[in-house]
Amino acid sequence: MAELRMGLALFLLLNILAGLVRVVLGPSLTDRFIVAQLFGTTGVGVLVLLAAAPGQAALRDVALVFALLAPVTVVAFVRFAVGGEASERERR
Amino acid sequence: MSALLDGVCAALMLAGAFFTLAGTVGVLRFPDVYCRLHALTKVDNLGLGLVVLGLALQSGSWATALELLLVWFFVLISSAFTCQLVARAALRRGAAPWTGRRPP
Repeated sequence: MAELRMGLALFLLLNILAGLVRVVLGPSLTDRFIVAQLFGTTGVGVLVLLAAAPGQAALRDVALVFALLAPVTVVAFVRFAVGGEASERERR
Repeated sequence: MSALLDGVCAALMLAGAFFTLAGTVGVLRFPDVYCRLHALTKVDNLGLGLVVLGLALQSGSWATALELLLVWFFVLISSAFTCQLVARAALRRGAAPWTGRRPP
């Protein structure tokens, strides 16, 4: 069972690496940014899988913190990368 | 009984890995940002949920299982808000939704 969990964690890590292709290809800023959400979800999956190993229970709390902080990046992105531009357009 | 539980947990986690792969393929292959968001925020959460469910069933303690489910719950809430916020941001930046027709 431990081998299965490690294998799945590695597999999820490969998914994150595959997501980097979308960051490179683009084409727009939003396309690049949504991969951050993929990193969040899949990273939480990796942490949860690793936390099941004996002695690594603290990683489950790390996963909880990841899950709580992931939306902050999105709000910051929308507020500063997109909201700023829109407010400039409104000013004109 | 324990072997049966192990089998169920392994099947759940493998299904979760499959759905995560489906989400990644969707992000890489779908035509525009709205379709990609759809793949990302739905399929990936299902994958994470199945992995979490498999781990919670074999964790052996209620506190651990509840914490795992809490992690999944927070990710669900966050991606529901994320999808809405990013889609509105993309629309405001002028990304045209894909209609399936080639541009003339």
